[in-house]
Amino acid sequence: MAPQSDATKPAAPNRTETFVWGIPQNGLQSKERQVGRDEPPPLPANSELTYIGKPTERYDGPAKAMGKGKYTADINLPGMLYARMIDATIPHGRIVSIDTSEAEKLPGVRAVHVIEHVYGVAELRDPKMEAPSRYPVIRYYGQPIAGVAAISQQIANDAAQLVKVKYDTLAFVVDRSDARAEDAPMVFPGPADAAGSAGGGGGPKGVPQTGNVHGPQQKKNGDVEKGFAEADVIVEGEYFTQVQTHSALETHGFVVDWKPDEVTVYASTQGTSSVRNEFADVFKLPKNKIRVITEYMGGGFGAKFGAGNEGVVAANLSRKANAPVKLMLDRRQEHIVCNRPDSHQKLKVGAKRDGTLTAIALTSYGTAGVGTGAGTAGPANNMYKCPNILTEEYDVFVNAGPGAAFRAPGHPQGCFAFEQTIDDLAAKLNIDPLTLRETIDENPARKVERQIILERTNWRNRKPAGSDSGPVKRGMGIAQSVWYRFVNMNSSCEVRVSRDGSVELLSAVQDLGTGTKTMLAVIVAEEFGIPPASVGIRIGDTRFPIGPDSGGSVTAGSITPAARNASYQVKQKLFAAVAPQLGTTADNLVLKGGRVAFKNDPSKSYTLKQVTAKMPTDEISAQATRVAEYSKERITYGGVDYVELAVDTETGRVHIEKVFGAHDCGRPINPLGVISQINGGILQGISYALFEQRIMDRNAGYMLNANLENYKILGAREVPEIEVVLVENYIAQSSTDAAGIGESAGIITLAAAIGNAFYNATGVRMRKIPMTPANVLSALGKVQEVQA
Amino acid sequence: MNKFVFVDCKTVDEALGQMSDGAIVKAGGIDLLDLMKDGIVTPPKLVNIRNISSLQGITAGKDGLHLGPLSTLSEIAAHPEIQKNYTALANAAGHAATPQVRNMATLGGNIMQRPRCWYFRSSEFDCKKKNGASDDCHAHTGENQYHAIMNNETCAMVHPSSTAVPLLAMNAQVELTSKRGKRTVAMSEFYVPPEKSLINETVVQPGELITGVFVPVPEPGTRSAYQKYGEKESFDWPLADAGVVLVMDGTHCRKAWIVLGVAAPTPIRSTAAEAVLTGKTIDEATARAAASAAMKDATPLSQNGFKTQLFQTAIYRTVLLAAGQMQPDPSAIG
Repeated sequence: MAPQSDATKPAAPNRTETFVWGIPQNGLQSKERQVGRDEPPPLPANSELTYIGKPTERYDGPAKAMGKGKYTADINLPGMLYARMIDATIPHGRIVSIDTSEAEKLPGVRAVHVIEHVYGVAELRDPKMEAPSRYPVIRYYGQPIAGVAAISQQIANDAAQLVKVKYDTLAFVVDRSDARAEDAPMVFPGPADAAGSAGGGGGPKGVPQTGNVHGPQQKKNGDVEKGFAEADVIVEGEYFTQVQTHSALETHGFVVDWKPDEVTVYASTQGTSSVRNEFADVFKLPKNKIRVITEYMGGGFGAKFGAGNEGVVAANLSRKANAPVKLMLDRRQEHIVCNRPDSHQKLKVGAKRDGTLTAIALTSYGTAGVGTGAGTAGPANNMYKCPNILTEEYDVFVNAGPGAAFRAPGHPQGCFAFEQTIDDLAAKLNIDPLTLRETIDENPARKVERQIILERTNWRNRKPAGSDSGPVKRGMGIAQSVWYRFVNMNSSCEVRVSRDGSVELLSAVQDLGTGTKTMLAVIVAEEFGIPPASVGIRIGDTRFPIGPDSGGSVTAGSITPAARNASYQVKQKLFAAVAPQLGTTADNLVLKGGRVAFKNDPSKSYTLKQVTAKMPTDEISAQATRVAEYSKERITYGGVDYVELAVDTETGRVHIEKVFGAHDCGRPINPLGVISQINGGILQGISYALFEQRIMDRNAGYMLNANLENYKILGAREVPEIEVVLVENYIAQSSTDAAGIGESAGIITLAAAIGNAFYNATGVRMRKIPMTPANVLSALGKVQEVQA
Repeated sequence: MNKFVFVDCKTVDEALGQMSDGAIVKAGGIDLLDLMKDGIVTPPKLVNIRNISSLQGITAGKDGLHLGPLSTLSEIAAHPEIQKNYTALANAAGHAATPQVRNMATLGGNIMQRPRCWYFRSSEFDCKKKNGASDDCHAHTGENQYHAIMNNETCAMVHPSSTAVPLLAMNAQVELTSKRGKRTVAMSEFYVPPEKSLINETVVQPGELITGVFVPVPEPGTRSAYQKYGEKESFDWPLADAGVVLVMDGTHCRKAWIVLGVAAPTPIRSTAAEAVLTGKTIDEATARAAASAAMKDATPLSQNGFKTQLFQTAIYRTVLLAAGQMQPDPSAIG
């Protein structure tokens, strides 16, 4: 998760304000909150606002479409060198020697750096369990070993081929179930733990470990034995999900310019702050000597925080060569350095005849390769009311690249199992799945979302499971998601107003393609009554006030209050500065509809430019930092997704024909951006459910499909009709009430919704993803199950 | 990628003069560049034939269909005469890869593609096919879900050419030219199965260039179709594909050619399936019987048994499509 701040501690109150509260479909209510002195007045509902809540085109869309947006890979500095990472060619073993002499002799090579420490993987609790070596132990095929920098990428690539590594190989295992065997090769000789990143991931620390099995992390509520004894019906299920790789369009990479007075780092990152922090830690530098820049970013999905091995190598090469160095991973490396762990889950759910849940028990095993963080219990623990819950999550080490936070860590896997089990329960109780959820789900937003699904989809015409005759069978299904409100207090913005009337916002926060720039422009635009496109947005640079790392859907909820507060405060400063010239006092001025007017005499009003022209200095600015949540109330977000599909039972193809999603994320700031995120989440969810899977060669420990040809991602022809409805949910927690949508955007639900629709179509429960022809035909009993 | 010399040729003679010392011919460059980037082939010289005008052009006349080997897949797919009388070929060309690839890929290059096998296409693996020391077929002992289900004992690679499937079903011939002269090889003799040679995938000899592909005029009553099946529709390799040519008399089938694409290391005719249809009325039952016969001798590996089911579907649905008894299948890919 994101660094969880003390956001629930209320700020020093000194006034009471009345906020809009609740969900419009239920009738909006009001809520009184104590707020700090510098807080702007409460925002009314979106329907009463000019820019907030209205669709706004992407701020940097034209620049991106015209190729003018410079991503990290596009950064070219004078005298810059090109680097190539050198990776292990065995899955497990010890490095005996590394000979870089031939590489160093190649004309054009400027520096070689051999890695001393591997980041982003689990580490032995007791490092003494392994014999000391100057080289890290190789635990996966593709583990970075060294980097080389040269005057061209071709020379760097050639030089990488000349580095000779000698290994002592060790036995290895790449399959999760093989790794659980008592006599399995040990990935670590003793207990090992992995730290999470700023985006989450990482498993529990200090839990028991037997062989390669790390855990369990146990979460217990009530008494499940008692709960199952009280149940009228019990459903059980076993589910399997695959390893998914992030496959961000822009691979991981850095351009590092190491200068004695400042290290400048261009990073493809989700967290400029996380990069600066890790550079400071690794290189023992004060933070004022590190500048991190991420102006345009080509996707991360959770896997791009901190310096990473590639950042550390690029920095070392730059320092050694005394020149800027660009190091972008290639596509194969990108597939190997991060992933969503797989899972094997056993679920048992007990309920009364009316559907009331009495007990939930989940045991899950998953592999995050040489990392941890394969837990799947989020949905089971947090979606429905149930007095007795027991979840036990195990990580299984294998010799494969480490797992990393990946869009709603653990939740797509967990939801695939849990929401299908709930569907099984509905079938067993002979209750409509939507109706069952009315009984067990207390979340008010999802209640509205289910109603929308009921009214606007074909749900009422749903036929009993397996009704269709003929080879092609149609069905529909739903699944729900849950995500959490995380706030990162390291969220600051500066807003400047210039004498010419132009307004700009500065913050180190980055836009990883999710629309952060647009959202910030909308916030400033609303406060000043000027079009969003006219606001200057300068972000993604640690020279600006600190921004939150973008993981766990924290960005919108963390940074927009700072942006609004800074806008509001600079406006108050502006009023104070010009009031004497206007012949009034600051508190008599109000900015509305793009004009500054006298409160006591609305006939007196000026354009913003007329007012700024009277500023005593050329610029007025204010900086604001995220203040604590207004109250301690906890809320979760979520959505309900509906899928219509056709299963061709003779080809094993699953055709998704329609997806209808109803989602909530507090107050939507830019609905166009939010819906775009949900469209993306739905497509990524379909891709996860039907196509994507890492394929490891069991005999070599090598990823066979580390490319975009055989690692299959949904394409244009697989895109169904998608309709998305946003449910506004005003929570009176901050000056914007915004929240992120990255996680609960469809990626969590789609595999489960597709599974439920598959069952409705065929009467057969899909217990394994991806739903490829091999897996589907096997589930339908058309062919024998594929081994491993 | 290795450094190489690039020679741009304007005539066949010029190209033939350059084809020595390990030079590789480049037409569209689609498969070749992938192989070079992955370090599977490292030619010292590329002979670019892309601009040889005599190798371009399509003529369809009373004596049959003459295809310049530089005809792009897009040109073949869009050709009205091919769509009408050589339908399976238009289908195969029009559903290969992606629109961008089809605009670049040539017919000659398409039938000369190197096999699909992720062990063959990774420089990390050694095998006999790559002149290597390792005796193992990694697919036999490893991950083989996409590999061959027939004739897979020596090597389990599959041949990916979709156009080769209808060309074989239509008894096409390939013209090869070298400094020694010209020769013509039937499609049925064009590919060399691994049990005959692991190294030579076709009969094309060093110094020989494909200078034409000829498809004879179909008999009256001929109908044909090609469909492929796989995991996804956008840009994916087929896991099963079928080319079907039927000579029909109403619903009565006088002659049948059924060719399977990615079933084996080379495109293969299923005489067993053809025998089921010949002399019969085509309906769903006979089409399914033919499909089942085609898979009778399949020898799937540990993970690709599902391909036999996929092939049966591909065959029966494509037979029905060719016979005009079914619409193009929305479950087909490409």
